[in-house]
Amino acid sequence: MAPHDIRRPFKRAAISDQQKRRELSLLRQAQNRRDAQQQARCLASSILSLQSAAPESQPEQSDIELETVPGAEKESEAFSKDLDVRQASKLRGPEVRKWFARQLMLPEWMIDVPDRLAQDWYVFARPAGKRCFVVSSNGTTVSRQRNGSILHHFPSALPAGAKIRDGSGSAQSYCILDCIFHELDQTYYVIDMVCWNGYSLYDCTAEFRFYWLNSKLEESGACNAPSHYHKFRFSAVPVYNCDQSGLHAAYTGVVPYAKDGLLFYNKHALYQTGNTPLALVWKDENCSQYVIDTDGKGEIPSQQQVVLELQDDRKLVTSDDPPVLFGCLDGDIIEKSGLHTGNLLRFAIGDGGLSFVEGKLEKADLIYLGKSNRARAFADSYSKVLFQFMVRHSPLKIDDLLASINSANDQEKTPSDIEMVG
Amino acid sequence: MEVTQVLFNAQSIDGTVRKNAEESLKQFQEQNLPGFLLSLSGELANEEKPIETRKLAGLILKNALDAKEQHRKFELVQRWLSLDATAKSQIKACLLQTLSSPVFDAHSTTSQVIAKVAGIELPQKQWPELIGSLLSNVHQIPAYAKQATLETLGYLCEEVSPDVIDQDQVNKILTAVVQGMSASEGNIDVRLAATRALYNALGFAQANFSNDMERDYIMRVVCEATLSPEVRIRQAAFECLVSISSTYYEKLTPYIQDIFNITSKAVREDEEPVALQAIEFWSSICDEEIDILEEYGGEFTGDSDVPCFYFIKKALPALVPMLLETLLKQEEDQDQDEGAWNIAMAGGTCLGLVAQTVGDDIVPLVVPFVEENITKPDWRQREAATYAFGSILDGPSPEKLIPLVNVALTFMLSALTKDPNSHVKDTTAWALGRVFEFLLGPAVDLPIITQANCQQIVTVLLQSMKDTPNVAEKACGALYFLAQGYEGEGEPSPLTPFFQEIVQSLLTVTHREDVGDSRLRTAAYETLNEVVRCSTVETAPLVLQLVAVIMMELHNTLESQKLSSEEREKQSELQGLLCGCLQVIIQKLGSSETTKYAFMQYADQIMGLFLRVFACRSATVHEEAMLAIGALAYATGADFAKYMLEFYRYLEMGLQNFEEYQVCAVTVGVVGDISRALEEKIVPYCDGIMTQLLKNLSSNQLHRSVKPPIFSCFGDIALAVGEYFEKYLMWAMSALQSAADLSTHIAGDDELVEYTNSLRNGILEAYSGIFQGFKNSPKTQLLIPYAPHILQFLDGIYMEKDMDDMVMKTAIGVLGDLADTLGNHASSMIQQSVSSKDFLNECLSSEDLLVKESAQWAKLAISRAISV
Repeated sequence: MAPHDIRRPFKRAAISDQQKRRELSLLRQAQNRRDAQQQARCLASSILSLQSAAPESQPEQSDIELETVPGAEKESEAFSKDLDVRQASKLRGPEVRKWFARQLMLPEWMIDVPDRLAQDWYVFARPAGKRCFVVSSNGTTVSRQRNGSILHHFPSALPAGAKIRDGSGSAQSYCILDCIFHELDQTYYVIDMVCWNGYSLYDCTAEFRFYWLNSKLEESGACNAPSHYHKFRFSAVPVYNCDQSGLHAAYTGVVPYAKDGLLFYNKHALYQTGNTPLALVWKDENCSQYVIDTDGKGEIPSQQQVVLELQDDRKLVTSDDPPVLFGCLDGDIIEKSGLHTGNLLRFAIGDGGLSFVEGKLEKADLIYLGKSNRARAFADSYSKVLFQFMVRHSPLKIDDLLASINSANDQEKTPSDIEMVG
Repeated sequence: MEVTQVLFNAQSIDGTVRKNAEESLKQFQEQNLPGFLLSLSGELANEEKPIETRKLAGLILKNALDAKEQHRKFELVQRWLSLDATAKSQIKACLLQTLSSPVFDAHSTTSQVIAKVAGIELPQKQWPELIGSLLSNVHQIPAYAKQATLETLGYLCEEVSPDVIDQDQVNKILTAVVQGMSASEGNIDVRLAATRALYNALGFAQANFSNDMERDYIMRVVCEATLSPEVRIRQAAFECLVSISSTYYEKLTPYIQDIFNITSKAVREDEEPVALQAIEFWSSICDEEIDILEEYGGEFTGDSDVPCFYFIKKALPALVPMLLETLLKQEEDQDQDEGAWNIAMAGGTCLGLVAQTVGDDIVPLVVPFVEENITKPDWRQREAATYAFGSILDGPSPEKLIPLVNVALTFMLSALTKDPNSHVKDTTAWALGRVFEFLLGPAVDLPIITQANCQQIVTVLLQSMKDTPNVAEKACGALYFLAQGYEGEGEPSPLTPFFQEIVQSLLTVTHREDVGDSRLRTAAYETLNEVVRCSTVETAPLVLQLVAVIMMELHNTLESQKLSSEEREKQSELQGLLCGCLQVIIQKLGSSETTKYAFMQYADQIMGLFLRVFACRSATVHEEAMLAIGALAYATGADFAKYMLEFYRYLEMGLQNFEEYQVCAVTVGVVGDISRALEEKIVPYCDGIMTQLLKNLSSNQLHRSVKPPIFSCFGDIALAVGEYFEKYLMWAMSALQSAADLSTHIAGDDELVEYTNSLRNGILEAYSGIFQGFKNSPKTQLLIPYAPHILQFLDGIYMEKDMDDMVMKTAIGVLGDLADTLGNHASSMIQQSVSSKDFLNECLSSEDLLVKESAQWAKLAISRAISV
């Protein structure tokens, strides 16, 4: 029996960096696993609360108060991106609007033409109307606008959309559709499919979602004329590959709805909530009534107006992530008008316009007008401001789009060196 | 078989002869185990045989009864137990006979073999006469037989657990052992054997230590043995005291004063091996008291657990001066010797533990020593003073320490650059590191580091990185803790302006010519890692630049060809450091969208390098590269699919690595990362992965700690592939079910409870992943048959009342997932379960936010499942 070793670590850290790396990895993996599960659960619980909140009341447009889920605490918590509805139900007014707006995929405005438009993109004519989420679940259907307010609450032929089926399996069954409600023919035009019959399409490419949308929507009978159990008609919109003929068809083709610009969707993009450059909107006078923004009275102001958010160091920024800086607000104005960090403020763009250096915004000639309408949830995005600016000065024309498709075609056809063997 | 000749040949210097002999022994063992063991024990017992063959026979016998690897050990035990009873008793008779052999090598090997047989048979209630016949030997006259018997008792106590031997026999063993130790025993070898045997037998003496008279007797004999003229006996006796200090801490009060006198004399006067044990006694008392105080926060109320007797606090005025004296007994060049352990090191370590035990009280006892010695011309005094100061920085309150540190800091910085002695510089750098380790960070009010001195600190540390390798290593260590001090602080770190300079200096260190012979290179990369981990958004572009630099370094390691095995090991170690560094960088840059985007340009190249690192080895995968790939998969997301074709074989190899179970565990974690990254794109690889994981679960060769993560990994895969998991459902569910059955009831120590909870957590995470994965699929009904068992499992662990918060959170989450996925199909089952009522309510009112959140989810899901 040899003597027992009693050596202790001397002048050394008790734990090695390698062990630390292992432990940090495990920690990250555990966190990622929690996030993945949380996401799976969130999806279900947002449906749950939507349906339990729906029959409660038809809240007014401006101030929305959702039912508080029993057991949830009342105090309002810090806003975070991955809130689920249990927490969302605690939110009030503008925060509710922000939350719902974040559930939708929001296209950026097209300020330059993306590469490989013909290969990687779809195009379709956007119906004019109210953008909304349509959720069918547990025998009823609810549509909610971007600001969270309920548009309609109705029976539909969507799976789980009306109380006519036998109810079996309905616990899992629900649909979430991204739609535009077209007032004139009282039709929901489905522009994207987020969940179908309990099957989540969030992580599917646009290519797959559109394929699914076209085959499933028709099958379900939701495109039929309205009836007792099917109050509104649904319709898919014709989607084209964005090659020359597709773009032409979307731009000039006859559709049963009033067009409001063209939407471009990248075929490989997943359904991503919030602003994304993988979906784009473009307009001109031929395909939209509302190319240039109007003011509250529906008139086009002589100067372009923008809404920016005030940050605590007096900076004025857009709603992008990361935000784009447009300038700083005079301290005097802040004091005189009693403004706070986070306020959304309306400005006119003066004669100085916007100036750019190397493609980046360098200076904006901003004239302070006042606080924005309180129904606004966000400041304008950079692409929107820029698109509006271009519309007033040097618009991106349909010919530019067509030309870019053509030139891409030309490039593809560029002959490569061929070794002569003849 | 003529075994003597074969045993001779097995020790031949001629390799071929040796190999043949080994081969025939192996065949003999496989073809006729009883004959094999009988021949060997016969050889061992035969006084006419040569010493060499008897010794080897004993060794082979021992190896036929025990092995390091658990599965092999189990197999050998089973084979012994199934042997013919006559053969076994013949072998045992031979062994007992050999114990009385006058040949030292024969009886000494035999005592170990007997202990191994006892280790197998006593738990089976076999060989009941063994202890009796051993004890009768103790009274034999030849001293060598007595010695061999006492040694056997010692080994036996090491081999079997206390509950196997009844108290009556324990009493007899202890009596024989303690008698053998006492001063009246004239033979030194017998007394030494007895003292060493007591060391192992102490664990059996619970009852005897509760009896005042018996305990007094044992303690008196042990203390007397510490005064023996034979140094090995004194050392063994102090080893007993060290063991008693942790096993019977609560019984020490009556003896502590005497023990202090004995140890203090030994520390000051005795030979080093004895003095080291004497110091260890106090270190061990510190360990005990630190544990007790940590558990109760000093307010002892319970009546079954051990209270703190504050031995250290009471001994403080005498203990601290004794330890300070030891600090002056440094050896030259101890800092260059990795294996060094001497009285100054032991004393310094103990002083640090004393500081942790008593806190503020130690400060006034140490400060005068520091002040008196820190400026002395003898380097030993300056070093001892610096060490003393450094060792009390963990324990006392910052309020007490910061004024001292503020005075000392300038002095230390100057010593680190100017002291002529490398020893002093080494300790100074270490002490600075301790200052940063314990006195920086948000918990400390008064900042030690200001705008004014930060520049100087960094400059001095970077300068010291050019010093001798041991000083440079400590300087890297100090920088590590300096960086760590600003981890996660919202405000800009004062180190930010120096980031580039620090990184550059660390990279320079890694290229020093003399970097290979010490731990310096490792220290430099570890510090670089910490600097990156703690960096702020301002320096993200610089971290990004570092990617290409480290990639180039890694690339360079791949260029060398035809390496010797030693060079290969060095290459592999360096690759480990570089992969580790890349892992840290990937994780850092991957954690924010903007930096991740910029980093992605390197992803292909980095992955290419990792694959080449893997290709450097044939049979194993590089753990650090595997960890780094996990981070990369997380950062790249679904794009990782393009690497899978090439990477898959290494993934499989990692999962098959049972020997290095850490590698296997890391690889299992990476499968999880990849599942989350690839989602359904992982499907083509699932067959292989699931097959291997199921194999791993059913293997008894794989370290048990890897099994819980494998279950969690099932969940990750199921969540990723959804209903495609159907293919594996039956197998996975059956593995989960049997593990669940095992983990419901536990009786055992804290370690087992902890393991069981991690196992439960893994099982539950698997269930969650499977339910969530199948949700919304038409195949949901496949899960219905499993629901009753899962609910039963939840009820079962709830009833056991021994789960931790983590399991509670996961378990209640599973209840929600089950309800969510199965809906009305499971509503009546759910309503009948205890979990859906008592357990859910308990979780809803939990203080733990995560538990509560999971419970709210479960409540929501259940209410819907029931309402439909």
